[in-house]
Amino acid sequence: MNVLNFVHAFFSDSAHWQGYDGIPARLGEHVQYTLEALLLAAAIGLPIGLVTGHYGRGGNALSLVATAGRALPSFGLLVLMTTLLGFGMLPVMIPLVILAVPPILVTTYEAMRSVDPSPVDAARGMGMHESRILFQVELPVALPLILSGLRSAAIQIVSTATIAAYVSLGGLGRYIVDGLYQRNYEKVVGGATLVAVLALVTLALFWAAARVAVSPGVRRR
Amino acid sequence: MSEYLHDFFDIPSDLQHSWFGLIGLHLREALLPVAAGLLLALPIAQLCVRFRWLYPPVLGLTTVLYAIPSLAFFVVLIDYTGQTELTVMIPLAVYSLVVLVPAIVDGVRSVPPETLAAATAMGFGPVRRYFQVQLPIAVPAIIAGLRVATVSSISLVSVGMLIGNQGALGNLLHDAQIYNRPELTWNSVITTALLAILVDALLVLVRVLLTPWMPSGRARRKPAPALEEAAR
Repeated sequence: MNVLNFVHAFFSDSAHWQGYDGIPARLGEHVQYTLEALLLAAAIGLPIGLVTGHYGRGGNALSLVATAGRALPSFGLLVLMTTLLGFGMLPVMIPLVILAVPPILVTTYEAMRSVDPSPVDAARGMGMHESRILFQVELPVALPLILSGLRSAAIQIVSTATIAAYVSLGGLGRYIVDGLYQRNYEKVVGGATLVAVLALVTLALFWAAARVAVSPGVRRR
Repeated sequence: MSEYLHDFFDIPSDLQHSWFGLIGLHLREALLPVAAGLLLALPIAQLCVRFRWLYPPVLGLTTVLYAIPSLAFFVVLIDYTGQTELTVMIPLAVYSLVVLVPAIVDGVRSVPPETLAAATAMGFGPVRRYFQVQLPIAVPAIIAGLRVATVSSISLVSVGMLIGNQGALGNLLHDAQIYNRPELTWNSVITTALLAILVDALLVLVRVLLTPWMPSGRARRKPAPALEEAAR
């Protein structure tokens, strides 16, 4: 197994563990890009999805926006934004946020729509305020699906942030892009492994978050 | 203006394709994997519907596969398939599979048991029942999955540029930089986005044609609570 040898060689080389191009530094950068983009995308997608889902209006407009957002090629957009705005964080954040908003927006809307209307009606009949209905009745039931939307957004960001290296930013993609240019295969495979592991850790974190946050009454199975 | 438009479609010769050639190449690299994913997903989903215990592990495995970044996936495959189109297409097929299996399982499971019982009572065998009752009713869910898979596939092909210029329209991004021609970047982004929107619209059309019993536009939903109140 060639790939396994490369992985072993990459991770056992102590030079790869220190300095500005070391694994901890690159991993930190990658996590930072991911968190920033995810927070921005959630700040845009969650409120809009919650409110439109609560009132059940604007579903067609949302799916249109989501399709348009998905259609934009992230990699092309990244290069375009760098051409327009120069090098920096902003041209990297824009494509990542555009990538992450559609899954958050659409799943939040669908999650709110799929809440059983009878408890909502009961809450309304008891005189609950609309905002309390939204946060105390609908949100807990919709939470598992909302989290799954955030999870797929987070994974796509982790995966796509690798491309930031192509426009001279850091992150784990640095190893892949540099390795490809230097024909240093060990570095490429090491970088790829790190990104895949980070994506799996993200998956595990969301699984744990769902275990903690979702009320036992809502949990299925 | 006309000069600018001319530059826009003046594709450097190192790409060895015209603009239309690049579009054809892009569609091939994006759509063949989705077709392969669908062909694989149908039997896998059918097994998951048949044997319920199989679904959670399959779902777990596919989620893990989806977590592998495309660039990492491409790069690891180079060792086996070289810097070829196939290296781009294999990961895209895997991602399509991952999106399609849950879509098909949910779709086939959404068929009401009375409908199945009625088909059985009419003397439909399991095979005929699957193709003539379950699959048609699952079409909206399958098309919804296909739309997501196709659009993201079209977007991801561009990343193939990084592994030996296998990115079809994405290769324009590289040429835009080495020849310092930013209009090629615009060309790449706009053409790819339009391609994705067109194929998406085509899939919606296919759904409308395949499910004449459903209202056009989005699937029918429960009326909003406010509407329900008004009706009472």
